[in-house]
Amino acid sequence: MYDTNLVLGGKDFSSRLIVGTGKYSSNEVMRQAIEESGAEIVTVAIRRVALPGTGESILDVIDPKRYTLLPNTAGCYTADEAIRTCYLAREAGLGEMVKLEVIGDARTLFPDVQGLLEATKTLARDGFTVMPYSNDDPVMAKRLEDAGAACVMPLGAPIGSGLGIRNPYNIRIILETVNVPVIVDAGVGTASDAAIAMELGCDGVLMNTAIAAASDPVAMAEAMRLAVKAGRLAYKSGRMGKKLYATASSPLEGVPDWTS
Amino acid sequence: MFVTLTVNGESMEIEAGLTIDGLLDLLKIKREFTAVAVNREITPKSDYGSVKLGEGDKVEIVRPMGGG
Repeated sequence: MYDTNLVLGGKDFSSRLIVGTGKYSSNEVMRQAIEESGAEIVTVAIRRVALPGTGESILDVIDPKRYTLLPNTAGCYTADEAIRTCYLAREAGLGEMVKLEVIGDARTLFPDVQGLLEATKTLARDGFTVMPYSNDDPVMAKRLEDAGAACVMPLGAPIGSGLGIRNPYNIRIILETVNVPVIVDAGVGTASDAAIAMELGCDGVLMNTAIAAASDPVAMAEAMRLAVKAGRLAYKSGRMGKKLYATASSPLEGVPDWTS
Repeated sequence: MFVTLTVNGESMEIEAGLTIDGLLDLLKIKREFTAVAVNREITPKSDYGSVKLGEGDKVEIVRPMGGG
């Protein structure tokens, strides 16, 4: 079935699955899992180099010519820290597409929406393609869109929790509220969660732990690729309505009479 | 003469007048996909050869790492 591409920052992506690079048991497992996921956008964190330099780089494993790198601002608790991290990422040569996180609380990793909105405004004005990780609040989603966000990325559940899409109704309202792409970021635990997000009409899903922490990350990456595709197709094909009682699939006429 | 810097949170004695380029060479750090901030200000790569590090400077050297 024909499908449009996901467009972010003027770039077209045929895959609607964005994957992270954290928590893998080895670089080789990560490389294979990302390959199997079919993702074209891959997130990275910006961190201090080890001293003295080891010469090792994640970009030896994830080819920046092949993948669009999406630096995140994980670990930033203020708009200022997040903005500086994005400038560092740009200066490092990672481009202008950023996954903006401003964290408000260490235990839940829920976003600080005030700081998020402030950072989104500044970075969008400075030419970044801002992809903000936010809560599943339609009002905040609209504010982020108005502030210049390239998409909105509501959480399905807390980062790394694997609890799935906790409030599908809010995600639906967000989809009706904004005109930018809606990408569920965080909370996906297994393939059905990703399919649910896509069946709701989301434009994409971003995940890390669901693949990296699976017993077989490469197989889970394949499951996620298929789930995102299946959910998208189901959404595009327009599902049947739900009914409380049964409706027979076979004709009611012409049933043989066995009465004696 | 030596000056004391903080590089990625570690205290370090270096020769006065060392540039960012010099520091990266000393620490064997590749330039590709690396960014440097001195005292919270991000240094453009084109200035690595001219920015000299002085007493008490706080230097952050970062790279992309695995993350979600």
